[in-house]
Amino acid sequence: MSNSKPEELKEVILESGIKVKPVYGPEDIKNIDFEKEVGQPGEYPFTRGIHPQMYRKRPWTMRQYSGFAGAKETNQRFKWLLEQGQTALNVAFDLPTQLGLDSDDPRAEGEVGRVGMAIDSLKDLEDAFEDIPIDKISTSLTINPVASVMLAMYLVVAEKHGVPWEQIRGTTQNDILKEYVGRGTWIFPVEPSIRLIADMVEFCSKNVPKFNPFSVCGYHIRESGATPAQEMAYAFEIAISYIEHILKRGLKIDDFAGRIAFNFDIHGNLWEQVAKFRAGRRLWAKIIKERFGAKNPRSMTLRMIAGGGGGGLTIEEPENNIVRGAYYALISALSGTQTMALCSYDEAYTIPSKKAAKISLRTMQILADEMGLCDTVDPLAGSYYIEWLTNEMEKKIVEWMEKVEEKGGMIKAVESGYIQEDVSYQAYLYEKGIQSGEIIKIGVNKYVSKEEEDRQVEFHPFNLDAAENQKKRLKEVKASRDQKSVSQALAELKQAAQTNENVMPYILKAVKCYATLGEITDIFKQVFGEFKEPAAFHK
Amino acid sequence: MNANEHLSKKVKVLIAKPGLDGHDRGAKVIVHTLKDAGMEVIYSGLHNTIDEIVDTALKENVDVIGMSIYSGAHLSLSQKLMALLKEKGLTDKLVLVGGNIPQQDIEALKDYGVNGVFPTGANLNEIVTFINERIKK
Repeated sequence: MSNSKPEELKEVILESGIKVKPVYGPEDIKNIDFEKEVGQPGEYPFTRGIHPQMYRKRPWTMRQYSGFAGAKETNQRFKWLLEQGQTALNVAFDLPTQLGLDSDDPRAEGEVGRVGMAIDSLKDLEDAFEDIPIDKISTSLTINPVASVMLAMYLVVAEKHGVPWEQIRGTTQNDILKEYVGRGTWIFPVEPSIRLIADMVEFCSKNVPKFNPFSVCGYHIRESGATPAQEMAYAFEIAISYIEHILKRGLKIDDFAGRIAFNFDIHGNLWEQVAKFRAGRRLWAKIIKERFGAKNPRSMTLRMIAGGGGGGLTIEEPENNIVRGAYYALISALSGTQTMALCSYDEAYTIPSKKAAKISLRTMQILADEMGLCDTVDPLAGSYYIEWLTNEMEKKIVEWMEKVEEKGGMIKAVESGYIQEDVSYQAYLYEKGIQSGEIIKIGVNKYVSKEEEDRQVEFHPFNLDAAENQKKRLKEVKASRDQKSVSQALAELKQAAQTNENVMPYILKAVKCYATLGEITDIFKQVFGEFKEPAAFHK
Repeated sequence: MNANEHLSKKVKVLIAKPGLDGHDRGAKVIVHTLKDAGMEVIYSGLHNTIDEIVDTALKENVDVIGMSIYSGAHLSLSQKLMALLKEKGLTDKLVLVGGNIPQQDIEALKDYGVNGVFPTGANLNEIVTFINERIKK
């Protein structure tokens, strides 16, 4: 028996502000109605998972974020990842593409093909997906303010492959509200940006029924400094803003709620993350059923990609990130995610090398095939601690949601800069915690290595020629297209953007005649204007 | 200006995000750090050109310009900034660069004339000290 008294133990408080006892027992969960609050996997309120048999039936989808230089180089990497057993694609675009700038735009200088692949026109996306079986894989397009244009291009590529739209599976990230909080690829003001999202939802619900038109990202908000409870709360408030907007168009909640996807972060305390996801599933089911009156159980399921964990990785002793990645994957699996993606060990400072990307993929495969993570559903259910913590996390998430609603909802809270300020101040406190050693990071502020080679890393070579090639290709596309039909398509798009008409058919028409991403974005800039960032540092 | 006014004047810093990179966690942590250290800090917000940054520095008459870059484009952006500062006769500004800066690029940045380079994980107090030692108010 231990001699130490509880008061001598170090206090443990989770990032979300929950105090943890050294021991949990039956007393801690005696008020839980298991039938009602935990229930069966695949049944309301889905605490234990959204499918009855989860990974026993099908392991999680493995989808590493990937893309660099031009479409041709990225196409090679895609094929290689699929050969290695990856089951879906997650496309990284360069910053000019994400911001709707063509490669020859002066603002794009030095950034073409740097952090992802450059796409100027349909021609590039055709090359990126050459010989890729679009009908067999699902594709995630990580792009936000101009997601509508990228979706249109992807649909046309599918058409050219002879794949009907009804068969297309995939996701456009398309969560503009989180871009204003973290990640920062915004272009237009809030209202018209949300209108574009709603146009896509409406269009997909009728024409591309297996496609997720948006994926709400707690991930980047957490990466920007939010706690796990805030991550979930803010993501839910964002999703609610979109839902309310879409409902105003006359769609019913069950027409589209089953196609809402989420993207969450993993790093941090293992138990807190697992409880976050279990609580999140239960709370989301309640919101969709009780607040929005959904009838279809599928509408109530929190479907997600979980992983990444970039914020937890360190540039110091980068190989330690392989170990962190393995734990993050374990957390994702114990949390019942549908899709998993890990940041590679070198991703804190460069585009992942082939070797690093392969280790991430193998990490997930080892977990699925060697460790028994797929044997049985939600193996931590019934644990005194996990069930207690799931309840506590749910309460915390609700508290933070209420704070946003007091501010008038997420749109107002973002427009005023309230969320941005709060999250950045927390990032500051976290950094101070790291620097004082209060928050421990191995190799950074504890067991710090003095050996020089522990900081030496291999960088992805950035090829300046790739940018020049891309500009040349853009010139060729512009020279060979029918300029008259481009001008007409853009004029029609402008007219539609000025009314309440759905812009998707007009974007499709424009991309088909090889109007560029930059040209289409300029039309929207003319009609919608541009977002002005609130600079709030009151704390 | 009397002596008291001079003493109470704060160090004025512009923290800027050049280029298209939206990773502003680091930049905002620095804003909070320098404000807590008693400096007056202007944050540029995202997606600035070098021209816009220099314009702001000139208009606001700042003592220090800090650029935060995570996109990998730090060499070309810093070179451009230093050239433009020289052109405008603003060589007295203290220039700091931070973000995802590989060890092997630090020398090149200093050759361009950047005064201090603070890669991810740099000590916050050291940044404050670095500025205070070089800007006397």
